[in-house]
This record gives sequence, structure tokens and C-alpha cells, in this order.
Amino acid sequence: MVGVISYGAYIPLHRISREEFFQAWGGFAIPGEKAVANFDEDSITMAVEAAIDSMMGANQEKIDALFFASTTSPYKEKLGSAIVSTVLDLPPEVRTADFTGSLRVGTIALRSTLDAIKAGSARRVLLAVADTRLGAPAGDFEQTLGDGAAALLLGEGDVIAEITDSYSISDEFSGVWRADGDTFLRSWEDRMVLDEGYSRILPQAMSGLMEKCNLTPRDFTKAVYDAPTDVRRHMRVGTQLGFEPGQVQDPMFMTVGNTGAALATMMLAAALEEAKPDDRILFASYGNGADAFILEVTKAIGKLGERRAIRKHLESKRMVKNYQTYLRWRGLLTLEAARRPEQAPTSISGLWRHRREILALCGARCTSCGTPQYNNPGSLGHSPARVCVVCQAKDQFELYRFADKKAEVFTFTQDNLTAHADPPATVAVVDFEGGGRAEFEMTDRDPAQVEIGMPVEMTFRKLYHDPARGIHNYYWKTRPIRC
Amino acid sequence: MAESIKDKVAIVGMGCTGFGELWEKSATDLLVDAAYEAYEDAGVDPNDIQAAWVATFYEYSGMAGLAASVPLRLQYKPVTRVENMCASGSDALRNACYAVAARVYDIALAVGVEKIKDQGLSGLGGNPHAATHVNPPSTAPGIFAMLATRYFARYGLSPEEGKRMLGMISVKSHWNGARNPKAHFKREVTIEQVLRAPIVAWPLGLFDCCGVSDGSAAAVVVRAEDAKKFRPDPVYIKALQICTGFGEGTTRTDFDYTHIEETYRAGARAYEEAGISNPREEISMAEVHDCFSITEAVTMEDLQFSPRGKVYEDILGSNAGFFTLQRALEGEKALPVQPDGGLKCFGHPIGASGLRMLYEMYKQLQGRAGPRQIKNPKLGLTHNLGGPPTSPTIGCVIVGL
Repeated sequence: MVGVISYGAYIPLHRISREEFFQAWGGFAIPGEKAVANFDEDSITMAVEAAIDSMMGANQEKIDALFFASTTSPYKEKLGSAIVSTVLDLPPEVRTADFTGSLRVGTIALRSTLDAIKAGSARRVLLAVADTRLGAPAGDFEQTLGDGAAALLLGEGDVIAEITDSYSISDEFSGVWRADGDTFLRSWEDRMVLDEGYSRILPQAMSGLMEKCNLTPRDFTKAVYDAPTDVRRHMRVGTQLGFEPGQVQDPMFMTVGNTGAALATMMLAAALEEAKPDDRILFASYGNGADAFILEVTKAIGKLGERRAIRKHLESKRMVKNYQTYLRWRGLLTLEAARRPEQAPTSISGLWRHRREILALCGARCTSCGTPQYNNPGSLGHSPARVCVVCQAKDQFELYRFADKKAEVFTFTQDNLTAHADPPATVAVVDFEGGGRAEFEMTDRDPAQVEIGMPVEMTFRKLYHDPARGIHNYYWKTRPIRC
Repeated sequence: MAESIKDKVAIVGMGCTGFGELWEKSATDLLVDAAYEAYEDAGVDPNDIQAAWVATFYEYSGMAGLAASVPLRLQYKPVTRVENMCASGSDALRNACYAVAARVYDIALAVGVEKIKDQGLSGLGGNPHAATHVNPPSTAPGIFAMLATRYFARYGLSPEEGKRMLGMISVKSHWNGARNPKAHFKREVTIEQVLRAPIVAWPLGLFDCCGVSDGSAAAVVVRAEDAKKFRPDPVYIKALQICTGFGEGTTRTDFDYTHIEETYRAGARAYEEAGISNPREEISMAEVHDCFSITEAVTMEDLQFSPRGKVYEDILGSNAGFFTLQRALEGEKALPVQPDGGLKCFGHPIGASGLRMLYEMYKQLQGRAGPRQIKNPKLGLTHNLGGPPTSPTIGCVIVGL
């Protein structure tokens, strides 16, 4: 039995009301709000969040492969899945691959994953899908595109949903696209985009699969399928195929927006949150063709542990102050430079040498005195520790991971002097549960709510981009317990 | 058997430039002005200097011994650059003193300089080295502000009480700076002005932060037995201590963020070296490293001037004004701190600061401090802090007649 072992999702804390765009530009008022990645988030960091969420409470069997699917990987030539895998502290033997190039990459990767598991080349695969597409200011896409991620842990055996069959169509048609070097999404004339694209190709795959399996819409509990950016066409696909409106999974347009390649998998996560044993789900994704799958939910779904997935992430939110803040976070404005020191060159060798400290947030625990200790590899002290900061034992350390530990604020400041995209910069010294202390930036926080003793958790973020060298520098920050 | 440095070395000449935003002066101008004032004060010729130690932090103020040998044209002399962050000046002095005490040289120069304001930045400059850049986006005020956050919480000060206590530290230093023609900031401020100022890094506001200044200071040192050949009123070294952290404060959960252990230990060792048992009574005056008001507050406790957790009493409480020069000048019992205005008002050109502190103690002991002259001081202390409060280098010097 091959299928979903566990699932997870991530929706950024921040939302912006579509009213803000209307206020800025006028035009057509689209209702609702959309999820907005913080200035320090991108598709890699959101994939990490969703991946961690998917591993919550799932059995900790070894992961053989880590796949990352996105149309917005920050690198053209550097494997995003290798970054995510290092962040999750997976061993180097893990198979990594990036899937990109289409809004359908999430399900293209899913089909490859299922093939690998069935062929016996991998037993357990973690697939993370994330997207942060940009619409140009003053356009509809600016209002409709949202940011988000989802992850599926796939394997054989004790699955919560068996994936019994699949069906795919390839079609060269692209109603929306981005060429190499494009910052913003492009689109063809929208009647054709929908009539000849989405509304023709997606149902072909869905009905094709149903015919192949001798099933009708009545045989399904839910139809979970991609929505176009013009969400009004979403329901029509389902009802024309014969699904009742109640069977069609909500595409979260009013709350999250269209999250590109991640949308279908996020919707599947939402459906699995509500799913009961023996439910049958038709799952489909669209983009230069379409993929469709049948999922049959098993009893194991009742034993799956708590996760944040869609529901909790949706409920926990904070509105972006205004449209200017949104433009600043997306890097769409040239702002006056702070009169602060320029960033010194980023050292690739330093980042690589300290990858376990930086990306996996590994410290050390002294086996002589038992003290867990984290040495920030960027600070004046040096890392990794060779001599214990308490008992001075030399080289008596075992690896100790801080990324999954909760912590408490020991002291903090709100720094207005430092150059920052969301001033003031909140910097806090935190003490970890089980020992160890370190100093981190705090993100996704309301400065007025930060106080001594406040519980925090670690979150993987992009610290900055070094444009002169094309380096995205990732690291961990603290945040108030999200939900 | 290790010995104390007490009374083995004397300072026979000192120089110090005015500190400030000295747009028309280069590091060379500053070094020459400070060193030649010191030569003249000691009555020595530049060629009498047998060895020199130069303190600078930023590389653009100068690198290697060349930082001083080139501007001063010290010809074929042994010259070494000392870098121990903001405590570099005290460490340059320590090297020069140890060298003459060891009888390797007879006359040595310690000089510190920093030309900060050519960077065009708000606050201090950055670390120019290629790095992994995973430090939090902290600034110097942010790093020290975390002491204040914790101090207020630990000792039950409301933000208003805490900020008022810190504010009075700056009001006091501005009163002193207003009486010092060489100071960067020569203007008195009121507590209301201090409390109204914009927040730089909560809870520290603009007036809780010291000046970022250009400047230089220098000292000529000789062995004690030779000192009177140079001047009738040499100032003797009673203690020279350095204490360096090891990255403990951001790593170990036992660091409390309400004191600086290195200051406490450097002070305690200096008192032992100088034979001082009750610092609050025996130290006549002090220049401490008030890079931020909170640093001065915890330093008063770490140097045992105020009991632990009780500095409030000496600032705003039952013994308010204990550290003010004003009170000392009025003939009341006091321990004036920062009589020259401190880092807060005299300014803080990093490599020069330790020697600038010493300059005020030297002048005060000799009775040459003008309108700031404290009556009959016996012992002066300088406390110089380099690096973050979680792992600093402390230089602590005690001088006397």
C-alpha cells in the first residue's frame, strides 16, 4: 500500500487585505485577503516549515529522499532540496531533487515519488512544495497571488491515505508564464487562458482518471483540485464534471490567495484535516497539462498526531500594516540606504564549513559536564566548540540539535539603529529547554508584546541576500510560539 | 614568583587631543597632536622614545606598528599595534609599563587613536572581514540595552524608574563635559531632555549612548625610580589589570545580564594589587567605560562602588548624586565618576579611550584639572571595556601619587 504517511502545511503569519491594493491603485476591488511571506521568508524557508510540520507526530522512520517542488526557488543553479535536507539534518545519503518549471510541479514530483516507492528505490520520501510568485504592482495578480507551502511524507505500509491510481495529460499550453529573468507573472488574454487552458485541460485529466477507474463523482467524498487565479472558474469545473458544490474543496482564495505550485497540495492538506477513514478523494493539479490521483483514506488517519497544517496556520495571523510595508518586504521599492556599515563579503567556505551549525542549528553537548552549548559561527567566539565553555574538557562533545527545542526570552532589545526591513529589529537572548543559550533575531513578532520569560520557538529564515555575490544566507530566528 | 606592578612605573607625560567630529583632522594629525603634547609634558625629545605601543581598533585608523611609526616618524624603533577592541588603549599602556618595568626600555610611549568619522555612518563601523553573517542584526547599543532590560526586571524597576536612573547618569556626565574644553559634547542637558530623546535600542535612548568621535591620547612612561628626573609630580601606576571573557555570556545560562563578571574580577585584582580594601572609600575618582548609561550603572556595582543591585540609591535614592563631580566640588562626600565627561561627553575614539581616561586621572592627581579639579585626590581608577558585555575585555588601571 503506497500513499501518504503524513502531511503538513505552512501559511505565513502575515496577511494583507485586498482593500490595501484597491486603496493604492483603484480599479476593481477583489474581496478577501491573501497570505504574505514575511521579508525573511521565501520558498525554501516555507518548504522547511511545511516539511517540519509534516514530520510532527509521524513515525520517525528514516527518510530516503527529499524532493522540493517550486516555481520560485531562489537559485537557478543550486539545489533547494539539498538546502532543505541539510536544514532537516538528514544524512548525506538522502536522495535530493528539485522539481520546477510548471504550476503542476507539486504533482509531477508526487508521481515521480510514487514511482520511486513502487519501484523499491525509496521507502520513504518527503516532498515539500512551496511558492512565492509575484504579481506586478497595480495588476490583478498582485491581489490574487498568495504565499504558502505544503509537504507530504510518502511511503509504503502504514499510510493514512493510499494513492490507488493516477492519470496525467501533458499540454504545451501556458496561459500564465515567466521567462528567465522575469520578476512578475505574465498572462495571455484571460478568456483563452481559462476556456482553452484551465477549464478544458484540468477536467480532461479528472474525467480521464474516473473513466480509467470506473468511478463517478458520487464515488468521491471530496474533489480537491487547483484553482485558477480567477477563482470564479474553480467551482464550475467541479459542477460540470458532476460534483456537488459540497464535494469541492475550498481553494482558500478569500484567506490565502493562489499559492501557485503549492495550492493543490495545500488544499489536499486541508482536505486530509477533515478526512475520515474510507473517504475517497479525487486530487488534481493543473499547469502545462494536468495530473489527477485517487486517494483512499485509511484508519491510520485517526492515529496521526497534532499538526498545524492549514487550520491552525490559517487562524494564526497578523495583518500587514499597509501596502508600503508589502512593497518593502517584496523588495519592490528602492529605499534610502541606512547610514550603517555595508555588508562584508559573504564567505561560501565559512557557510559550508559551519553548515550543521547554521542550517541545522546543531550545537554540542559536553559529555564531560553535560552542558548543551550553541556557538554562533558568525560571532567573535568560534564554532564548533572544541573546548567546553563550562568545564574546559577538550573535544568531549556530542552533536546536540537546538532547532526543535523550545526556549524562553532571557533578555531582549528593540533596536532602531540597525538597518532592517521591519524595524525595530527585535533581538533576544533565549535559554533553551534542556539547557543552552543563544542570541537570535526574533521574527513574526509584535514588538510591544515581547517580554522577558516569553516562550519562543525556532524558525528557519532567510537572513539576507548578498546581491553582489548572489548568495541567499539562511539561518534560524526565534518567534513567539506560532499556534 | 609573580610580583605586583605597584609603584614600579610612572607616567611622566601625557597628551590628549580634543575629541569630536574632527572633519579637518586625519589620524596622523590626531596622533602627532597627542604624542607631541605628551613629549612636551614629559620634557622628552621624540628620539628619546625607545619603544611604542599603538592602540587602534579600525584598520582604516592604521594597521600594524606602522599606525604610529609612520605618522610620528619614529625611526627604526620597536612599535607594535595593540587591538583589544575598546580596551585597546589600556592594553597599550599595560604593554609599555611592563616593558619599562622589565628594564628592557627606559622610556616608552603608549598612544591610542581612532579616526571613526570618515566612514559616514550612524554609530560605529562594521566588521570588514568576510564572514558567515549569522549574527543577529544587533548594534552596540542593542547589545548593551539587553543589560538594561534584564536589570530593570531583576531589580523591580519600572521602565520609567529604570530610564530615569539611567538618564541621571547622562545628566551628570553632561554637567562635567560642559566644563571640559576638550570634550566632544560641552552642553548640559536636563533629565526631561534625556527622557524625551528618541529610542535608539529599547530601553536606551539617544542620551544613553556615548559620542562616536575622532581623537587620540598618549602617555610617556618610565621606571618609578627615574620619574622625578622628568617632573616633580609623576603619577605612579598602582595596578594594571586585564580580564578577558571567553564567550560565556551568550552561551552559558548562568550569566545574569545584570553585571559584568570581567569588570568585577579585573577590579578585584586591581584592588588587591594596589592594596585597596574598601574601594568606595579609598578610590578618589574614576573614569569608567560608559559607552552606554547602563554600562556605567552595572560598573558601579562591579567595581564595588555601590552594593550589588543598589546603584539606584547612589544615583536617585538615599545617596543621590554620590557619583557627581558637582557634589565633590561643593566639598561633600562623593566619588566623582567621569569628571571629564566620560565616553558619553568627552567622546569615544575607540583606540584612544583608555588613555583619555588616564589623562583625566593624571591631570586631577597633579592638580591641573582646571574647573573640574577635585580636592586632593589620592587614587584614580580607569575602567575600559572592549567588546560585548557578554564577553568583554576589561582594562582596569589604578594610579596615584
